[in-house]
Amino acid sequence: MTIGEIRKGNGDHLLRGVPEGLRPSGRIRPLSPFQGERGRGERSIEALNNPYNDDKVISACSLFGMMDVSGKVFSGKEIIRAIANMHVRSNGLGGGFAVYGLYPRYADYYAFHLMYMNKQARAETEDLLRENFHQVLAEEIPVNPCIAVSNAPGLFRYFLEPEPASLNGRPADDFVIEKVMQINTCIEGAFVFSSGKNMGVFKGAAYPEDIASYFRLEEYEGYLWTAHGRFPTNTPGWWGGAHPFNILDWTVVHNGEISSYGINRRYLEMFGYACALQTDTEVIAYAMDLLMRRHKLPMEAAVSVLAPAFWEEIERMPAAKQELHRALRTVYGSLLLNGPFTVIIARQGEMMGLTDRIRLRPLTAATRGDMFFLSSEESAIRLVCPELDRAWIPMGGEPVIARLGGTKVVAEGAVAAGRAAC
Amino acid sequence: MKTYLPNRFIVERDPARCIQCEVCVNQCSFDANYRDADEDEVRSREENCVGCHRCVLFCPTRALNIRRTPLDYRENANWRPEIIEDIIRQAESGGILLTGMGNDKAHPIYWDHLVLNASQVTNPSIDPLREPMELRTYLGRKPDSLTVEPGSLALKTKLAPQVAIEVPILFSALSYGAVSINVHESLARAAAEMGTLFNTGEGGLHRKLYKYGANTICQVASGRFGVHPDYLNVGRILEIKIGQGAKPGIGGHLPGEKVSAEVAATRMIPKGTDALSPAPQHDIYSIEDLAQLISALKEATNYTKPVSVKIAAVHNAAAIASGIARAGADIIALDGIRGSTGAAPKIIRDNVGIPIELAIAAVDTRLRQEGIRNQVSLIAAGGIRNSGDVLKAIALGADAVYIGTAALVALGCTVCQQCHTGKCAWGICTSDLRLTKRINPDIGAQRLVNLLRGWSLEIKEMLGGMGLNAVESLRGNRLHLRGVGLTDTELEILGVKMAGA
Repeated sequence: MTIGEIRKGNGDHLLRGVPEGLRPSGRIRPLSPFQGERGRGERSIEALNNPYNDDKVISACSLFGMMDVSGKVFSGKEIIRAIANMHVRSNGLGGGFAVYGLYPRYADYYAFHLMYMNKQARAETEDLLRENFHQVLAEEIPVNPCIAVSNAPGLFRYFLEPEPASLNGRPADDFVIEKVMQINTCIEGAFVFSSGKNMGVFKGAAYPEDIASYFRLEEYEGYLWTAHGRFPTNTPGWWGGAHPFNILDWTVVHNGEISSYGINRRYLEMFGYACALQTDTEVIAYAMDLLMRRHKLPMEAAVSVLAPAFWEEIERMPAAKQELHRALRTVYGSLLLNGPFTVIIARQGEMMGLTDRIRLRPLTAATRGDMFFLSSEESAIRLVCPELDRAWIPMGGEPVIARLGGTKVVAEGAVAAGRAAC
Repeated sequence: MKTYLPNRFIVERDPARCIQCEVCVNQCSFDANYRDADEDEVRSREENCVGCHRCVLFCPTRALNIRRTPLDYRENANWRPEIIEDIIRQAESGGILLTGMGNDKAHPIYWDHLVLNASQVTNPSIDPLREPMELRTYLGRKPDSLTVEPGSLALKTKLAPQVAIEVPILFSALSYGAVSINVHESLARAAAEMGTLFNTGEGGLHRKLYKYGANTICQVASGRFGVHPDYLNVGRILEIKIGQGAKPGIGGHLPGEKVSAEVAATRMIPKGTDALSPAPQHDIYSIEDLAQLISALKEATNYTKPVSVKIAAVHNAAAIASGIARAGADIIALDGIRGSTGAAPKIIRDNVGIPIELAIAAVDTRLRQEGIRNQVSLIAAGGIRNSGDVLKAIALGADAVYIGTAALVALGCTVCQQCHTGKCAWGICTSDLRLTKRINPDIGAQRLVNLLRGWSLEIKEMLGGMGLNAVESLRGNRLHLRGVGLTDTELEILGVKMAGA
């Protein structure tokens, strides 16, 4: 599948005039002007960046995730129906999707999705990208202009490979993170909202089903999708604040408020993560990157950092396990996510659902053949897949993990959900 | 020489209630009450009264009350009564004015300008009566990361020694000799019962208390009193005392009258001799010397104990703390300007050092900027008065706090600031055997346990209110603080926003 084939529509999203195959140089050809400059008037930076500069953004939400563990790709049609079914859990101020297995033709390139509020931001960003990356493709992300969304920024995507000279011997992932942080914090009006390989995030300030139509997501295919409908209480019209949050190929959709955000953020700052958006969800993505990519912790250990066992439980564990869990809490206590939350965290080949350790927000998991579902509500799963092999409510702090090549369900003490109890 | 000092207090005796029982005479260690043999009547020498309330509380018929002398000087914002009287006292003594307890000046108390957060609607508060609420804290050096084997999930990283405390509150350094053995025992037993630690101070540890070693921080100070291999090995944590908040930059002086046989044996000095602690540790004239002592102590105890370094909070505490962390200390203890003492020059107690709130914020921020905050534990001391102060200190960035004055108040201290006289009527800061027996370790330990239990219940309620169920989620989490009545600069240094923002 190529970029051109992703869309089964009219193909007008293609980089016009570019022949099939890669462009010979990293130059970006001029793109069509912004929609905003076509008559929507001046854009304000506030649609991209936290307008009230709040320390964290409080929101409640609907979550949905579905994955085919055999790796078979499927369109966004079903997940759009599922998330729309939980319409009342969001309030039209944020919706978004993450898709894995999205760009197989450019699977080796970092796919940057950018929001721009003005021409200047785009010019500066593209200068920075040109200086540091070899670009194989750059284009405007195709949208359906008939969908009424407000404050839409300019939306572009770039397929990039770091220039070896720029890397200077560093791991490419570290370099990419640094550049993402640089764009997000230093270039006013520019925001990288997706930066992984063979995956992409699409999001904005609208109901998720409207965002899906706007980005024409029913025309894309992937083997793992997550979706989010947002109910923020204080930041209207902020596109950057919608979920999923992403860094490299990590994405996080999140329902909840992280009361430990202040220290989670300060801890991550020590390791070079700039929490530019001041949202609590952002810290989850960075925490996973730090724990799993940089500190190379297995997923199970990383999860025990975010939602650790209580000391009392740790004391009842066998000696070796006790030592591990005590060490994890002692060393990474500042990354404990405290407060009510459900998250679906995904990366290439893996999707994980987790609630806080006293399960103050809902999560239902279900399986049907190779399909694996996570949802805020069981009804949304039943809508798209009425017959399930199993549906259950995982215990607080207990991760449910699905991986390519087989489902691994780490939830022994799960409570049977709804009518799937039998 | 006739003294020009007026009386500070009036002892009011209700003749209708007084039964001439002489309890007040026996209780007052300052000779403020006496029986007039000629008149056969109990009377007061008000010039001796220090306002400690011992007689008031022990009078069986409640016949006594103490009031400030309403003797007014002509109003003067500059030449206030305290300043005039200090000059009088000095003109009559010709020496350094000594005092006890902590700074009593009206420097801003930042605790009173910080308010805590609570959850409403978007985030449920957690009820500690129904849900677990965790206060356990591990003190000791932490690595930047852990190595865990995939699959088997075996932990490959060997952690440096860690010490768990069940409440984030420790008893501050109070040396044996300055305080009595009964006070030490009360502190040790309370620490053991509450799963926390008490600090020996610089006077060693009486052998009788070695059984509480697992709850003891053994201090090594400039006088090296009572430091020997058994002492180092019996404690759970070793602490190098560089400075003290009440008297930054100077040493200590325990007068020979307080050096009883037991104190002498514990301190390893001759009975009745003055115990002089030099101002600096004479083997530490630089940061690399400190590194050597830290490693010597670790070597002496076979790397089984975390080593803490305690400094007074001074102007460049942040840079010093960074050096201490890099010199290999596992714990940094910071003692602010309101920290107490058994005896210090008044001019130093009242004028040297910085408030602990600003010091915690500055040190925590600096260590984070340098990416090493997670490696060391930070203990804050100096003027922590209640569980609210404890939580505010933790939110500013401390791992735990030391309490000294609050613990003594629990034992009976009324903060009359006479510690340096050795005549404490409450039997706390004295080695006079007639007075020290006023502290019964059974009751003393119970009062301290009650205090810590009360505070930890309050801490759990406040944490739950903030939607947190583990204290580590508040540590350094300054978003749960807001400032009231502070300037922009103060807010910036504290790293907190103004209330309403």
